[in-house]
Amino acid sequence: MSAKPWRIRPDLHVISQHIQPGSRVLDIGCGDGELLYHLISCLQCTGTGVEKDPESLLTAVARGVPLLDLDVDTELNIFAPDSYDVVVLSRTLPALTRPDKVLAQLRPIAPRMILTMPNFGLWRHRLRLLSGHMPESRDLPYSWYSTPNLHHATLVDLEPLLTDIGLEVDKRIPLSPSGRPRRLGQFGANLMASSAIYMLRRTS
Amino acid sequence: MSEFGDGVGVTNTQFVTLFDARNPLHLVNGERLDEVIVSYETYGTLNDDRSNAVFICHALTGDAHAAGWHEGDKHPGWWDVMIGPGKPIDTNRFFVIADNLLGGCQGTTGPSSINPATGEPWGLDFPLLDMRDFNVVHRALLDHLGINHLHALVGGSMGGMQVLQWSMDHPEQVHKAVIVASSARLTAQNIAFSAVGRQAIMRDGHFHGGYFQKYDTSPDTGLAIARMMAHITYTSEEGFESKFGRNPQRDEWSHGFGVDFAVEGYLEHQGEVFLGRFDALSYLYLTRVMDYFNPFAEPGCLDRLLDDPVRFLVVSFDTDWRFSTEASRHIVRQLTRADQPVTFRDIRSPWGHDSFLLTIDDYLATVAAFMKSDTTYRGTSWER
Repeated sequence: MSAKPWRIRPDLHVISQHIQPGSRVLDIGCGDGELLYHLISCLQCTGTGVEKDPESLLTAVARGVPLLDLDVDTELNIFAPDSYDVVVLSRTLPALTRPDKVLAQLRPIAPRMILTMPNFGLWRHRLRLLSGHMPESRDLPYSWYSTPNLHHATLVDLEPLLTDIGLEVDKRIPLSPSGRPRRLGQFGANLMASSAIYMLRRTS
Repeated sequence: MSEFGDGVGVTNTQFVTLFDARNPLHLVNGERLDEVIVSYETYGTLNDDRSNAVFICHALTGDAHAAGWHEGDKHPGWWDVMIGPGKPIDTNRFFVIADNLLGGCQGTTGPSSINPATGEPWGLDFPLLDMRDFNVVHRALLDHLGINHLHALVGGSMGGMQVLQWSMDHPEQVHKAVIVASSARLTAQNIAFSAVGRQAIMRDGHFHGGYFQKYDTSPDTGLAIARMMAHITYTSEEGFESKFGRNPQRDEWSHGFGVDFAVEGYLEHQGEVFLGRFDALSYLYLTRVMDYFNPFAEPGCLDRLLDDPVRFLVVSFDTDWRFSTEASRHIVRQLTRADQPVTFRDIRSPWGHDSFLLTIDDYLATVAAFMKSDTTYRGTSWER
């Protein structure tokens, strides 16, 4: 195995460490294909990315990443049940019209899901709100009027939804603002993690 | 000059006899042809290890002249926006081959060619064709050129159907496949339009049961009507509105049954121009092949692809109602479910089905990215 972790974004590196070599990976909102390119070229994975942004999409295609230009909210029926080993949603969920419906539609497609969510409950965001302003941070760098994110959630608000949909949390990895796992791990995660990666398993 | 470079310059069409009485072409329906001549053009240079070949399959009324100029041309080849130095199919890098398909009328043997057994034009005695018959002839041309592997196989509309069938039948020969504005099975509406076009031809008084050449005539009225109607399906309401609206053909309305609206003048012109370059019998034979095409309906049709995956690019256009985005999504769904590496994009364009022939930046950039895409990485199951 010749993974080159320093070549990819730290949070994507964490995701790639939780994907078995040779897996079939569906990356919803794959951006410029950075993760899939790494998985395909270094970990013998196969996979498909889904992306709508024209510029990112062309970069992914030029990298040789198979990429479908689909509306995630309405066109996931293109994928057959269990046609992938793992679905990745890296910072995608907040930008979807109905995250709950999309998660429910993704559930049959693969037995495992890896989900990265920015944490709206970060203390810095709470202070911004107390001072009368909308939160902004490295993980939520947008103004309220130009953000692609339609929904915000704290980590503790996200988890009941996962349970409702039939997704069990195998592991939760809170990340610092740099995208690396926090030294303090789970301690005070909802207050102090900038985002978190969830390793999910379909409950039967 | 476009953003994608200047073109391949002056090209010439070549001819080769690929099948003869000693080596006849056996067709899918069991019949055979004792003579098949094929017209073709090539652009760019074949590299030493013969690994840079790209084959172009044309649509219903295309020909071997895909790029560059012939002496006296008013327009360059039909896919000049796509093929040339620095263009998406870059002739600085690829050796590009384009031919005229079997049953055509632009240099390749078809129903208006002479039947060697009788010395007369074939007419309706020409055998019915299948999408696979086109590909047998394309592949024989590749053999003739000493090429057994394609870097890419590319086609739009009916050309995309040939690409799909070829990829399913001989995936080991194809590294990348590009299918633009195409369909894996015509809808009832598609077949209905084809049927009316054929009826216009066959009910023309000059059709003579298909043996019109014997009478030194041709069903021009029928063929022009077929083309005019088909042309409506190649564009879109949005395209017609922006190009013609309700504009008059001349300065004043004449209020009769003549050509009074600009859109009528345009269609009449399309019909007229078509007569000069197309044959009524080819129109019948080729449209019929599309009607019957349904490759995913065959049991085990994806087995070869499962063993030998092909990297697919499927492109549709949002205003194309001839071969809609849904038709492309159907192809994507089938191929994705067979574990093929598929890239798909639906392109915004006002020009309907004809978009695949036009300069639409997002479209050309997508094909360019796919053609350039990194194929050097190893170790995945797609790269053996």
